Amino acid sequence: MSTVLLYALTGTGLFTLGLYALIVHAHLLRKILAINVMGSGVFLVLVALGGRTSGAVPDPVPHAMVITGIVVAVSATALALALLLRVQAATGRAELTEESRE
Amino acid sequence: MRQIPWEVMLILLPLAGAMACFLLPRRTLLLGLITALGVVVCVAGLGWLMLEQGAQRYAVGGWGAPLGIDLYADGLSLLMLMMTALVGLGVSVYSIGYFERRQAALFWPLWLLLWSALNALFLSADIFNLYVTLELLGLAAVALVALAGSANALTAAMRYLLVNMLASLCYLLGVALLYHNFGSVDIAILAQRVEPSPAVWAAMGLMSAGLLLKSALFPLHFWLPPAHSSAPAPVSALLSALVVKASFYILLRLWLEIFPPAGAALGQLFGVLGAAAVLWGGIQALRQTRLKLLIAYSTVAQLGYLFLAFPLGSTLAWKGSLYLLLSHALAKAAMFMAAGNILHFCGHDRITDLDRVAQRLPVTMTAFALAGVSIVGLPPSGGFIGKWMLLEAALRDGQWWWVVTLILGGLLAAAYIFKVIGYAFTQAGMLRQTSKVPMTMEWAALALALAALLLGLVALWPLSLMEIGLPFGGESGG
Repeated sequence: MSTVLLYALTGTGLFTLGLYALIVHAHLLRKILAINVMGSGVFLVLVALGGRTSGAVPDPVPHAMVITGIVVAVSATALALALLLRVQAATGRAELTEESRE
Repeated sequence: MRQIPWEVMLILLPLAGAMACFLLPRRTLLLGLITALGVVVCVAGLGWLMLEQGAQRYAVGGWGAPLGIDLYADGLSLLMLMMTALVGLGVSVYSIGYFERRQAALFWPLWLLLWSALNALFLSADIFNLYVTLELLGLAAVALVALAGSANALTAAMRYLLVNMLASLCYLLGVALLYHNFGSVDIAILAQRVEPSPAVWAAMGLMSAGLLLKSALFPLHFWLPPAHSSAPAPVSALLSALVVKASFYILLRLWLEIFPPAGAALGQLFGVLGAAAVLWGGIQALRQTRLKLLIAYSTVAQLGYLFLAFPLGSTLAWKGSLYLLLSHALAKAAMFMAAGNILHFCGHDRITDLDRVAQRLPVTMTAFALAGVSIVGLPPSGGFIGKWMLLEAALRDGQWWWVVTLILGGLLAAAYIFKVIGYAFTQAGMLRQTSKVPMTMEWAALALALAALLLGLVALWPLSLMEIGLPFGGESGG
């Protein structure tokens, strides 16, 4: 019980840390990493809560959800990294600059 | 067991079409149009079936709810699917003229993927499946925004992607909490088991925050105007008409089925934010100098109206909000298409330099004006019916302050629409080179604008479709 709670709380902590980093850092690579940290936090919570069923065998459904979630996170990160390169090539900076008015 | 599983076809057909378009870039136009027509036929088939047999539940692979994936369609899902099909068909026809060959080969696979994700989202019966479809939708939408290729579009796409990922993670954390507490992700099962507790409140807060961010409710709308205005015109139409509605649809579902007793205070908050969005969006739209940005801020304002149903919570209010959603989808798609035509024709979209486009592009300006009628909410448009229902619901409930918002919002909308139409009739200082606009682009915009208007004339028909499966509760609300 207490180990499971520890994992779940760590997950929530990672989520919050990631959110903080996402808001504070300007560089896009750091923002993408921050979102990945947040994602890991959510997955940790899911897996940990799956271990809280009464029997010795943990609930498999959250595990399946986490696998789906990881697939989604990997593809989203790939798209984000590709976009990051294009943004840097087009604007010269890897940051979200304000709209330039023509 | 019936013969054709229309729900599955609605998801698989555009998916297969997207793959085919990706693999055969030379035949992309033909394949894309065939797929688009096929999807429309499937929606019609599902609609026909539901008129006869009522709401449909389909267990994919025969597994059933707790373990497998269920697809569920009631009146609410059906209307969203029909809206998507209608706007989708319009955008498909429009894109024939808009994109040159190389860009079309990139546009079609992404657009069909987006369509597949939208259909899957409107048919999903469990909250985890909704998460997956929401992500698919987001990825396809971001790629479509980046299609324009300019520095502005790429930056807007990047911001859009980050917002999307953040919102999805908030939503997923909420799903984790709900699953942990009630042992299911199926909406119908959750609806029976949920009871108010701190965990439910946390889940509700997280999921609502994620979905509000995606639906761009004021003050979380910051990402919408740059993304919607810098994308290519058909993509802007898709984003404003359909993609933002998808997350609103999920919120509506959760609210109606899972959270009914809990949300009175949160409902008031949504209403206040919605009212602020109506006013702020309207004022910002009025201040814009570029046509596409004006239309994008108008979307922010119109999305605000949809949230006015939350504090009222009566069947009539939900129906009004849904009616407004449907007519806004048609009208706003037409408006972005008209803006795309003007941009194509003049080479810019500065409102003060529109230079007599009304005379030179009569069909496009007619489409813009007719769409404007629905956006402002003048009779006999679909926007009028939706607003009227919201107004009546507010008066019945004695919450007159929402009526003030509705009227002020209408006045602001009238001001920014007439500003554009006025400049379209006047002569600008210097003459510029113009280029010809293809027929398909002009008529697709007009067809959707007429559909928005028509929605006001045949109001009984969509209202009776809303009754299928009683998504808004049992009481009859005029």
